[in-house]
Amino acid sequence: MSDDRQDLETQSEAVREAVATIANRLADEKTHLTDLDSAIGDADHGANMDRGFQTALERVEETDGGPATLVKTTGTALVSAVGGASGPLYGGSLMKASQELEDGITAESTVAFAERYLETVEERGKASVGDKTMLDALTPAVHTYKKSIEVDDCEPVEALGKAVDAARRGVEFTTPLRARKGRASYLGWRSVGHQDPGATSTLYLLEELLDVATEYADATVEIDAEANVDPGAVDDPEGDIEDARADGDE
Amino acid sequence: MKKLINDPENVVDEMLEGMLTAHDLRRLDGTEVVVRSDAPVEGKVGIVSGGGSGHEPTHAGYIGDGMLDGAAAGAVFTSPTADQLSEMVQACDGGEGVFCVVKNYEGDVMNFETAMEMAEMEADTEVEYVVTNDDVAVEDSLYTSGRRGVAGTVFVHKIAGAMAHRGGDLAEVKRVAEKANENVGTMGMALTSCVTPDKGEPTFDLGDDEIELGIGIHGEPGTQRTEHMSADEITDHLTEAVLEDLDLDAGTEVATMVNGMGGTPLMELYVVNRRLQEILDDRGLETWDARVGDYMTSLDMMGCSITVLELDDELKELLAYPAETPGLTVVD
Repeated sequence: MSDDRQDLETQSEAVREAVATIANRLADEKTHLTDLDSAIGDADHGANMDRGFQTALERVEETDGGPATLVKTTGTALVSAVGGASGPLYGGSLMKASQELEDGITAESTVAFAERYLETVEERGKASVGDKTMLDALTPAVHTYKKSIEVDDCEPVEALGKAVDAARRGVEFTTPLRARKGRASYLGWRSVGHQDPGATSTLYLLEELLDVATEYADATVEIDAEANVDPGAVDDPEGDIEDARADGDE
Repeated sequence: MKKLINDPENVVDEMLEGMLTAHDLRRLDGTEVVVRSDAPVEGKVGIVSGGGSGHEPTHAGYIGDGMLDGAAAGAVFTSPTADQLSEMVQACDGGEGVFCVVKNYEGDVMNFETAMEMAEMEADTEVEYVVTNDDVAVEDSLYTSGRRGVAGTVFVHKIAGAMAHRGGDLAEVKRVAEKANENVGTMGMALTSCVTPDKGEPTFDLGDDEIELGIGIHGEPGTQRTEHMSADEITDHLTEAVLEDLDLDAGTEVATMVNGMGGTPLMELYVVNRRLQEILDDRGLETWDARVGDYMTSLDMMGCSITVLELDDELKELLAYPAETPGLTVVD
């Protein structure tokens, strides 16, 4: 029991750190995201995401609880501080997917989390791949993550790395597309040649998640080595690491 | 552009403050949510709506007996956030669940969907909703997949509100709200653009001799720009579009609404209504209820929309059911 609790505490710490890392990155990229949005949208994506994650950071720092609670808190903060369509898409999906982490972060629960998150974005945005939206980054990332874990037997960190690569290709893929959803769709053919801001911010979230997950994975491996734990026991700590990534996914 | 405002930042807040002292309403602390002062009403399905400000008397103006229990005000032409909508839903649950009337605009739909999930997760509130899409002018628009929800939504508020007040359960409220939404059509036009407090200038340019047909309610341009025409010609255009969509048989009873966009005098709206009723007469349609006034506005835009609702006995009964709100009153 105490081991489980410790795992959960480590996971919670990882979630808080993921939110902090993402908040920093979005503060850095605020102008870039807004520039992307001003080309094809209403020029507020950078400011909105920055405000959202600053709020989320404040809230998770003052919230006790396991990873599911913290991820849900992050989602609620985004919903209230981002507004518009991005609030429900980023925050609402996070809130819903957080339910998959009730029993902590494991390889399985992060796959379920990622799938639930994707599903919610699809339902709510009524968009699909190729519409020039965040789904162009998110969908390949989630599919790659799932396949890497379930078929290729990758460790979560490695799977997340592959997912980030997939998302990066997805973002590049949005540039030549004609927008069919969201504000950009009003521009029709004039939206061609611009990278989608939503897909871009989604990539940033995944990249930072990977960073935090890698850090926690390394830490876990070190601890295991020190404790001279047999290799079979490594699975659990890795599960924790995955959890952290999953939280970031949203 | 001259406006009766202080700081654009505070306009929604100050509007709500002014409404609270004029009407029997209560504001939820720290939110832009307004509910009836005795909310939640025990044993009654709560009826709520909400959306961007700038459409007054929509939304809070329809709170009262026989219509809404709560309304959330977003910034001008911007959806309220999901956490505020969720608070509203929870504050209006008198134990029988809550029904949300949502206009089909992307931000409104997404925030309401998220809010309903939050209310279910946080308070086990039973929630149902309808997404109104009465605007016959568009298939997809600047802000929507599918048709927009515009002035016809007021009829849906009235009908859902009456069913709830009469004791209908959540399923019955949903059924009649959907029935009303499926049988209502609206088409709007603008003589001028509106001026949002933030921007302080028209959101689209329209020449002195030009008008826009097929507008929404957020200052978005219409589907067609033409030369200015007479009131009768404009009414013909709007009514034809609505009737073509509804495809009504002669002898059908309807309710009509000539809705002002906020900047058009009643004199002109009555002129439009005169022609509307002539056309309906010519088609053998029977007007059972005709409303003329500012119901779903777009700030100070000059122009109007025409709404036609096909009636059956049940909808007639619900439309005639008493209601007492700042924006619409029906007496027995």
